[in-house]
Amino acid sequence: MSPSVRLQEMIRVIRSARTQCEERGVIQRECAAIRAQFRQADNVGRSHNLAKLLYVHMLGYPAHFGQMECVRLIASPRYSEKRVGYLGAMMLLDEKQDASLLITNSIKNDLSHSNQYVQSLALCTLACMGSAEMCRDLAPEIDRLLRTSNSYIKKKAALCAVHIVRKVPELGELFTTAAHSLLSEKNHGVLHGAVLLAPWLVHIMKGLVMSGYSPEHNVAGISDPFLQVRILRLLRILGRNNDTASDAMNDLLAQVATNTDSSKTAGSAVLYETVLTIMDIKSESGLRVLAVNILGRFLLNNDRNIRYISMMSLQKIVQTDHNAVQRHRGTIVDCLKDPDASVKRRALELSLALVSAVNIRSMMKELLLFLSSCPPELRAQAASGIFSAAERYAPSQRWHIDTILHVLTTAGADVRDETVPNLIQLITTANELHSYTVHKLYRALVADISQQSLVQVACWCVGEYGDLLLRAECDDTEPVQVFRPWKVRSCTCILFRYGLTFLRVCVIR
Amino acid sequence: IICCPPPLQMQFMLLFSRQGKLRLQKWYVPLSDKEKKKITRELVQTVLARKPKMCSFLEWRDLKIVYKRYASLYFCCAIEDQDNELITLEIIHRYVELLDKYFGSVCELDIIFNFEKAYFILDEFLLGGEAQETSKKNVLKAIEQADLLQEVRLGGGDLHGI
Repeated sequence: MSPSVRLQEMIRVIRSARTQCEERGVIQRECAAIRAQFRQADNVGRSHNLAKLLYVHMLGYPAHFGQMECVRLIASPRYSEKRVGYLGAMMLLDEKQDASLLITNSIKNDLSHSNQYVQSLALCTLACMGSAEMCRDLAPEIDRLLRTSNSYIKKKAALCAVHIVRKVPELGELFTTAAHSLLSEKNHGVLHGAVLLAPWLVHIMKGLVMSGYSPEHNVAGISDPFLQVRILRLLRILGRNNDTASDAMNDLLAQVATNTDSSKTAGSAVLYETVLTIMDIKSESGLRVLAVNILGRFLLNNDRNIRYISMMSLQKIVQTDHNAVQRHRGTIVDCLKDPDASVKRRALELSLALVSAVNIRSMMKELLLFLSSCPPELRAQAASGIFSAAERYAPSQRWHIDTILHVLTTAGADVRDETVPNLIQLITTANELHSYTVHKLYRALVADISQQSLVQVACWCVGEYGDLLLRAECDDTEPVQVFRPWKVRSCTCILFRYGLTFLRVCVIR
Repeated sequence: IICCPPPLQMQFMLLFSRQGKLRLQKWYVPLSDKEKKKITRELVQTVLARKPKMCSFLEWRDLKIVYKRYASLYFCCAIEDQDNELITLEIIHRYVELLDKYFGSVCELDIIFNFEKAYFILDEFLLGGEAQETSKKNVLKAIEQADLLQEVRLGGGDLHGI
């Protein structure tokens, strides 16, 4: 029986265990057998035993006794054993453990193995879990591999170099020359600096965007979106804080932005990266507007992922590119009605950021509408945002009071404590509005006595201006019938003080 | 000058079932076993709690999580703040396509019973958390060749003669 069937058999047995306890029993037995097998000097099914252990490990059981076996298997001359050995190393060892150092020598040997699939195993492992020390040790090997003519190995060595430089940034210099030759391999000319590099990348990018169909690298009609995104990302780094490099890429970015088909995710991914790049480099204003327009189009996309991405991005730039984002205010406000709660939250934050003296009335209508039907976890944030906006841009005191009252009736339970004294303060200073306010508050109280903050303010107000309540001072009100204290009985103890003044008014009449 | 790689990176990829059973875990950052278990537990819970109509992205700790469900399996990646979520979705999709081509209409059981193969395929597609080969054909060809090497009669891929 082929050993791999034994692995699958074990998996089957484990899965057929009916209880956690039974499973533990099976696994304990298997691990004991595996441990015994590890101790044997030579056995045929070594790689399969380790594979079994790796399966058990994935279920959450301890497997540290397999670490040395990984080291042993990696050093084996058999490819099947190396393959599982390296897999085991990546799963069971991490750079924080001493055992990982033991494989450095094997990796070094395998990096110069005559078989590219063995080299590949070593490169993969180094790029996945290479510690700073291992990276320092093996960097020269990687540099050598960057110059090989074997493109299968070269591409892996390049990514390995990326990992090395992440771990040990100083080693970046070691790879500079190799990287240059790597890039000039497909093209003529030698590149010596960011400025020269940018146009070269621009050239590749143009080729990808404008050229014909390469079925192998194609995703939904987009030529190798992964490569496009990567190039754009590099352009982003090059163009940051660099006027000349940024200038060199302006045309290309405009071209990508205009020519990429966004009907599938692959295209949107490229457009998104383009937007990120435009925003990060020193781009001209026309290009930035183009980027914001892409985000605006994303807001109308059927795919909610894309709507969400758009709002995240718009939020990052709403301060710096305020006017451009304002143009999409209508669409953003529409997103307040989106069924997805995360999209709603973003729409709320963005809407609040877009409120201005010019649009305060229309925006507030939308925000109050939102407040009346928004998910409970967003109410406090919405209420608080509405208050700030009202305070900054209120076109009149009456409007301001109306707005606050509206919030208190809709979401009184979610407002902060200081809302009550703040409102009281506001009412006090609005002399001409005392009658209007007290009438309105009384009516609100009659309709609904359950909102504590509303009741607090109302009680205070009636206590202060109760006389106005009983007179028809405002044009649009009639003398109010103040009824028995049955209303007061419903107030809680906290409102007792307010309740007393209220009572006083009732009693007088 | 230019050899400053982007700090952007995929930190890890997890595959798990609707019951929260882990089917594959690939970590591209060094973390202790304990930390990995904690992260896995929390993240699996968070993703499983998501409703079907919600978007594929969520913010979790200081990372961005991109996830997508294919039949009974959740594919979940953690990327950094500056990374492109949409291309990550494409990466997940490409991996699923590769598995599908290799196993012939892949299902969860294939991943369970041939988990090492799933890892080998992933390692031929992503290296150190980055896409190394964007041609489906080339990835599958490399896997095919490596598999052949494994089967070589001389005692399971003895490399002395090669």
